[in-house]
Formats: sequence, C-alpha cells, structure tokens
Amino acid sequence: MAARQITFEPDDRYHAFLTVCRKAPHGDGKLTSVAIAVKDNISTQGIETTCASKILKGYIPPYDAHAVTLLKGAGAAIAGKTNMDEFGMGTTTENSAYGPTLNPCDPARVPGGSSGGSAAAVAAGMVRMALGTDTGGSIRCPAAFCGIIGLKPTYGRVSRYGLIAYANSLEQIGPMARTVSDVSLLMSVIAGHDRRDSTSYDRPYTHMPSAEIRGLKIGIPQEYFGAGVDPKVAGVVRKAIGRLEELGATTLPCNIPSMEYALAAYYVTCTSEASSNLARFDGVRYGPAADTKKPWHDAFREVRRAGFGTEIRRRIMLGTFALSSGYYGKYYAKAQVARENVRKDFARILDNVDVICGPTMPTIAFRFGEKSDPLSMYLSDILTVPVNLAGIPAISVPCGKVDGMPVGLQVMGRPFEDERVIDTAFAYEQAVKG
Amino acid sequence: MTGGEIIVGLEVHCQLDTKSKLFCGCSTDYRDDGPNTHVCPICLGLPGSMPVLNRRAIEYAIRVAKALDCTVIQESEFSRKNYFYPDLDKAYQITQYDKPLAEGGYLEIEGDDGRERRVQLTRIHVEEDPGRLVHMGNAERGRYSLVDYNRAGIPLIEIVTEPDMRSPKEARRFLNKLRATLEYLAVFDSEKEGSLRVDANISIKGSERVEIKNITSYKGVEKALTFEVTRQKNLIRRGHAVNRETRHFLEARGITQSARSKEQEHDYRYFPEPDLRPLHVQSWVPDITLPELPDARRERFMAQYGCSLNHARTLTGDLRLANFFETVVAGDPKGLSSLAATWTADTLIGELNYRDVSLDALDAASFSALLTLLKNGTITDKSGIEVLRVMLDQRLRGEPADTPNAIVDRMGVRKITATLHPAHKSIPSGNVPDPVTAAISDVLKEQQKAVEDYRGGKKEAFNFLVGQVMKKTRGCADPAELNRLLAEELKKET
Repeated sequence: MAARQITFEPDDRYHAFLTVCRKAPHGDGKLTSVAIAVKDNISTQGIETTCASKILKGYIPPYDAHAVTLLKGAGAAIAGKTNMDEFGMGTTTENSAYGPTLNPCDPARVPGGSSGGSAAAVAAGMVRMALGTDTGGSIRCPAAFCGIIGLKPTYGRVSRYGLIAYANSLEQIGPMARTVSDVSLLMSVIAGHDRRDSTSYDRPYTHMPSAEIRGLKIGIPQEYFGAGVDPKVAGVVRKAIGRLEELGATTLPCNIPSMEYALAAYYVTCTSEASSNLARFDGVRYGPAADTKKPWHDAFREVRRAGFGTEIRRRIMLGTFALSSGYYGKYYAKAQVARENVRKDFARILDNVDVICGPTMPTIAFRFGEKSDPLSMYLSDILTVPVNLAGIPAISVPCGKVDGMPVGLQVMGRPFEDERVIDTAFAYEQAVKG
Repeated sequence: MTGGEIIVGLEVHCQLDTKSKLFCGCSTDYRDDGPNTHVCPICLGLPGSMPVLNRRAIEYAIRVAKALDCTVIQESEFSRKNYFYPDLDKAYQITQYDKPLAEGGYLEIEGDDGRERRVQLTRIHVEEDPGRLVHMGNAERGRYSLVDYNRAGIPLIEIVTEPDMRSPKEARRFLNKLRATLEYLAVFDSEKEGSLRVDANISIKGSERVEIKNITSYKGVEKALTFEVTRQKNLIRRGHAVNRETRHFLEARGITQSARSKEQEHDYRYFPEPDLRPLHVQSWVPDITLPELPDARRERFMAQYGCSLNHARTLTGDLRLANFFETVVAGDPKGLSSLAATWTADTLIGELNYRDVSLDALDAASFSALLTLLKNGTITDKSGIEVLRVMLDQRLRGEPADTPNAIVDRMGVRKITATLHPAHKSIPSGNVPDPVTAAISDVLKEQQKAVEDYRGGKKEAFNFLVGQVMKKTRGCADPAELNRLLAEELKKET
C-alpha cells in the first residue's frame, strides 16, 4: 500500500506552529487527509514535542498520545505542533519559550491561551481543526479571543494518555474548529475509553449536532455578569442568550456562591499538581543536560533554572509551598474542599436547568503586554476555571464582537452531556449564520 | 529503673513476584538482562505516560494482608511521594500514604524466651520500586553513576510493624517468619537479589529513636541492630544523649553511620495520585483462598510425622525445606519420618550451610535413598555423613551423581556386625573371627594400659577403647553391638 500524504505549507505569519510537518502522511476514515494541528503538549511519535519549553527541546516522543492514535486511525494528517504557553501555564501564549503567537483577528493582540497556537491556526484558516488542551480555560479562552469554537469535554471522556501533564485532575484534550459541526466531528473521533488512562470513562461520542433546543432550560449565573466582567462583553453575551430564548429556550437566574473560592482553589490545585508533574524534568533522561561535574542535586537545579520560564518557576514554587508539611492542610486540603463545593453548586444548579450560559472570558483579547502582573492575569480565568474544578463539559462559541474583537458565549452542561452543550452552540451558530 | 529495654520496629519492603510491573506491562524478570532493557514510557516516566494498576499485585498484597490478619481498608488510595533522585524516573514514587491498603494484623514469632508471641503490624501498603544507580568507582568519589530503570516499577509491599520486638534476634526471627509466610503465599521469592529491604527503628527505652535505612539482607538486620544496641547503650552509659536521626548500615564493615543532615530533611509533599482512582478492594478478600501457612504446617508436622517442636519449626520455617522433607518421607512416612526430621533439620542444613549452597544442591529422592540405608542398618550414622558429603560434593563439582548405595560400596562402609557377619557362623567350626570381634581382641592386646585403667575403675577408658575399635573398623561397626561385645570381652578376661 502506497503511503499517502498531504503537503502542508502554511503561511504562518501568526507564529501558530512550533513544528510544521510539510509532508504529513494520512490514512482513511472519517477524517481522510484532513490536516489537523496538535498542541505541543500532546505526544506525537517521531515529532518533537516541547510544551513550548526549553527544557524539552529536542524531545521526540517514542509513542503517540491516545488522541493522536485515534486521529491517525480516522485518516487525519498531523499537520504540525502548535505554540502554547509553556506547559499550558498562561492565558495569552506569551509564555512560550519560542515567542508568542499573534491573534489573527488583530495581530497586536494575544490569541489567548494556553492553546493559542491551535486557535490561531484554525482562525487563520491554516487548518480545519486542531486539538487543544484545557486545564482552566486553555481551549475556551483562545477560542473566544480568536472567534472560533472550542470544547472542553467532560473530565474522563477523552483519554489523557500522552498529554504531558500540567494538572492531571483538571485537564482534558478537546477539539477546536471554525464550525460546531467540525468540533462535534473531531470529538467523535477522540472520545471514548482508553485502558491506559485510569481516569477515562467508557462514554464514546457518536452525536450529530441538532439545532432543536425548544424547551431547553438555561441557567444564568449572576456571578458571570458581575464585577470584573466588561459590561460590553456581558451585553453581547446577554443578547446571544436572548437569541437562544427566541429559539425556544427558557432562562433562569442562578447563583454559584463557591465562585468566590474557585480561582484560589484552582490555582492551589493546579500548581500543586504541576510542582510534582514537572519535577521529572531534571536533564537525566531527555531535554538538554547540564554540562556539569557537580553533584546531581546541583546539576538538577542548574538544568531546571535554565530550562523553565519565569511563570513555570513561579507556579512550581507556589505548588511546592502548598504541598509542604504544615501547609498542606491550609492550602491543598482546603482547595479540595472548595473544589467539592464548586462541584456541588454546579450539580445543584444543573438539577434545575439543562445548561448554564455566560461569557467565556470577562474581556476581549488583551493587547500584548497589557496584563503584566500575574494576579490580574490569573483573575481573567475566573469564568473558565469553575468548569474544570467541577469536571463538566463547556463550549465556547463566537457570539458577536466588542471593539471589532470576537466575544465567546460559554455553554456549560452536566457531566457526560457534551452533546447538549454542542447542540446549544450549534443552535446558536445556525441561527446567526445569516 | 527499667532502662535498657530494647525496642525495635521494622519497615519491610518486599518485591511482589508478579510477572509484570506495578503500573505497566514490562516484565519483572530483569535480573539476567542488560540495563534498561525492561522499560517503557510508563516505567521510564516519559512525559504524558500514565500508570495503570496491575490487579495481580493488589491481589498478592491482599493475600498477604489476609494471611497476617490485617483489615483491608474499604477505600484506599495511591499518593505521590515527591523527592529528587536520579534513579527516580518521575521524581516521585507512587505509594500509599494516609489511606493504605490494609491496617492492623500480626505475625507470631518465637520470642527470646522460647514462647510464641505476637508482633503487631501497623499497616501494609503497595508501592513501586525506583530504578537503581550503578556507581562507577565508589559512591563517594566515583567519577560518575549510571542509571538502570529495569527495577523501576517493580511492585513492592511495605509491611510496617509496631515497635514490638525486644532484641535484634527477635527482629531476625520476625523476618525469617515473614519470609516463610510470603513464600507459602507464593507472592515472594527470597532468592532473588534485592527482593527484600528493611528500615529498622531502634531505641533503648527512655532514649530517642534511631532509624537505620535500607538494610538489604536478613543477617544485616540483626548485625545492624546489634551494632546499634551497643552504640546506644555506650552513649547512655557515658551520659550522652542518643540523637534522633537516620543512619545507614555499611554492610561490609558491619557498622551504622549517621546520614548526612540533608538526607534527613525530606519533606515528601504527599498528595493523592490524580492519575489513579481510589481502590475499593475489600470485596476481594473473601474470594482469596489461603494455602496452609507455616504455623499450621508446623503443627501438622508434629502430629503427622512426630517431629519435635524444634525440628518442626526449622523444617516449616522455609517453604522449600518443608516441601523437601515431605517429598523425602513420602514413600515411607512411618519408616523415615523420625530419621528424616533429624537428618534434614540438623545434618543436611549443616552441610549445606558449610558449603554455602541452597537446598537445590540435592534432590529429595537421593536423600530418601540415603535415609533408607540408615533405616535398614546398612550403614552407621557416621558413614551416613561421609556418604552425604560425597553426594553433595559430586553435585557441586558437576560430576555424575552416584546412588548412595554405590557410594557405600565404593567406600566400603557397609556396617559390620559380628552377629550378621558371614564369619560369625563359622566361629564354632573355624578360627576366623568376624572383623568386629577381631578388632576388639586386637585393641585389647594393644591397649593394655587402658584395659588396666578400666579394670582399675576408670570407666572413661571404656569410651577410649570403643573409639579404638571404631577406628580399626573405619566407623563401620554397629555401635550398640560393639559396646555389648567389648563389655563382654572385658568381663571375660578378669
């Protein structure tokens, strides 16, 4: 059988890609010869995978992530590896060791992050679809900022095997595309059980999107339209929800009191897990080694200091502190309690409504350098992280513009009801199509 | 003051003898292969790889928990123990922390007073072995070290005892008993190098506790503890405090040495392993059947074979030895049991230890044949030992193994008795005496002085004369008969 391949030579003026596969082989299936961009924290056999970090420069995985195996099985061509915030730590893709990605809607602005490269590649039309990963909004934020669609699946619905872990208990691989149908199609390829991921569920996705949402009950959490949310963004999103009501949905106001602690719980949890996950990058097995004759602990320190960016080191320090003896109870354990409260709040609300809607991001895409202190950057994740804490599915679909920049409508649903959030987004997309 | 009481607690790490590693499919049979040949993305901790729990390892651990009367916890959980070390592929070890697999339980051992007593257990948990460093040159000043990840991910159980042992000897007996129990359960192979590692906590009542890390042999545990007892008692006697610290055991020198302070400051930052689900395996317990365990087998050996308590303890204290014994006597339990108990537990073990070889050196059938010769009176005990030595040496040298019978013939050590000797029947008609009678009369002639001593009341002289006759018959005379005949002869000539 002759190996078939596509030629992929994108005009990457936005620096969406870290690696481009100019000759990309493909097989047959649902996605025959479709060029798909893969975020650089997803392992691809034979293709350098760096997580946009210097510490993994030159690392070529000897195996494919489960999602990549499934893509190949469906006939897709792996077109390249996309830029991101180093190890997924960021909201802008500015934290890449290899330089930022630009937003195709306005190159003076960030594409969002951390899956900024995947979003830009899709938004600029370089590829039809891409894989991103979402730990605290990393698919939905760049989808919203770049005006495309991105789904964070229910935790456990897509295998994480081969996803280079940042925060295991929070993150999922998910589809990004310019249409809801394509997001749904890609989801149907990557979802399903994988025995190599002990947290994965046997819940395959075989859904065809339906625009019929009459009778759909939508919860509108007050916290998603309150302080910190740009009123212009809130306005656009309210209008979009109005459109859903015109299609037969009803809305119900609700509250998520645990939101107050969500951001803190999220950052304690993700930095704790990251401090452990990233400890293995010591220069012994892969990545650049320190040229040193020093004792191993000094050598490790040198490798890590030189290899990790500022934000990574900050989060490793935070997580290490949160897990330290004497502080574990104050931070990590408390964060898990707060997390459980977030889960309960969502469960309670989703008892009464089918989906919850609000803005994906509190603002439109920032200008480069606009957010310089880490805290205000972290605050911009406030509307996306609760979903990861609760493990529920959420989609971001473009719903209008503010100052010429796209705004994302976020639709959140019950665990394993990814189909319903996709239908809601699909109904909106079809209604505004023209 | 009750000072001086020794308090010992152990943390015993045993490799579970599964076919594949704890979290991946790599083979555990790595010992004869080159470095880093039994590895995959998971046990190398490659980015993105995830652990998948080996259910067989959990089943093995539950078998141990059940045998030791531990309570398997309703929900247990894996945690990460974070620390940097070049042999630790992920920079954390997946282990169990505040929710171990099982808690409580006990193991009965022979106490220093000879009575059975219980050592209470704290917990049993499951964890993965790290890789291994090979230092080129010595560890302190070697030029570099190489890392071998073949061992990374081998399943371990850690058994933690309460501080219930009162001497280094008791600790040793605990380990021997534990080893036997694990081998009976078919979850552990003590012959595999590095399959057991022990951390020992020891204190003298009223003083601080010292932890001795990573002792790798059964003997080593007793040695290290004995050294510590002396060291700590000396400190106390001189009025110094015992520091609470971690020490290493230097096996070659038989001493313990304070670990560097850096090594004592670990904060392992345990937290639940997010890539594994909590374990709910209490329901497995009823379905796990246990084989006969050492204590039950010991009782059975006493009842069924009439073994003494000590022999039964020795024989059942080692699975291979117990199986060997039962195979040896299988053909003739009535005739061989008593002989086999003594000859296996005392003689054979002594000869094996002397040669520093395992029981594999001898097959049960040959040993059984040797015992049959003894039972039938074909050879004396003394000759039996000579024959056994030849049997062992032939096997160790890789020579063809003769039957015990053939060895007896070649050595000419068939037992000589005056009454059964062909010459005995000819006494009435001829002048040719049997070899035993002849030897007696020769000795009586040659050892006039001893004979006189004996007759003069020095009864010890009798044993000397027996020895002389034995020498002349090359140990082949029947000792009972020889005693009788010699006594008769000495009476006769008065």
